[in-house]
Amino acid sequence: MFGLTVTFREAWALVHGMVFGFGFLLSFAGALALLYTLRGDLLTTDGARSHVRWLLLATVALAVLSSLAVISGTYITYPWYRAAPPEGATDLAAYPRSFLKADPNLKAWHSFGMEWKEHVAWFAPWISTVVAAIVWRYGVYIGRDRRLRRALIVLLFVAFFAAATAGMLGALVTKTAPLM
Amino acid sequence: MVEKTEERMPNGPAAAAILAAGLGSAVYGLLTVGAVVSAGLKTALTWWKPTGALSGKTGLGTIIWLVSWIVVHSLWKDKDVPFTRMFVVSLILVGVGLLFTFPPVFEAFEAH
Repeated sequence: MFGLTVTFREAWALVHGMVFGFGFLLSFAGALALLYTLRGDLLTTDGARSHVRWLLLATVALAVLSSLAVISGTYITYPWYRAAPPEGATDLAAYPRSFLKADPNLKAWHSFGMEWKEHVAWFAPWISTVVAAIVWRYGVYIGRDRRLRRALIVLLFVAFFAAATAGMLGALVTKTAPLM
Repeated sequence: MVEKTEERMPNGPAAAAILAAGLGSAVYGLLTVGAVVSAGLKTALTWWKPTGALSGKTGLGTIIWLVSWIVVHSLWKDKDVPFTRMFVVSLILVGVGLLFTFPPVFEAFEAH
């Protein structure tokens, strides 16, 4: 339609980045706002319960989306990125890692950009899952324990840093060497 | 999910979960440096060839995170622990993981 085509690999890259990755970043904003405002002195008992239900939903979304993002990234799109070209191949466009490494002006996109992205992303699901588990276990009690609430906010920011760094580098590397 | 607000809850389970994330992260960082330093370890961490050593590094990091969570949780589930100290230790462990998975840092070990 409209002369637009998306290859199978590009479709997976979109699901990985735009559905799972962008969904994580969107859920982060909600989780942060809900956690920041979960205060026993500001909310009624019923209000706190409702608040925590939304917070649990947002943090579970963070855990699930970041897990799906790293699993799809590591086991579906990354193998396409690092596939070795056949012996003697001169057109490396279908082999992004080799394409980047072959050009002195582009090789840092692999050695720094992709290397950092593939590693840093994995911190997001580990930390997000811990935050979701604590919200599930402690519920409205978090609103009474300032230290615990602040600790969860710090952890959310660490997970966000990991996911945002990976997302940004992924977008830039894909722009330089698309998955065809 | 806990509904009561008046009861005091032990902080051990929360500290155990956070510490486990720190332990998984630190092991992941150390494995990343280890795979650069040792070709044998890099091969051992290549659990699935198309993904290379990343499969073993992230797989072992995930296993350490989950196993340590179960173990520490079973020890602290009804206890109060020094939460601030445990949180700082966990953040340092996460920091070790982040530092050792930063390419300029782990690549610095390549020459040695």
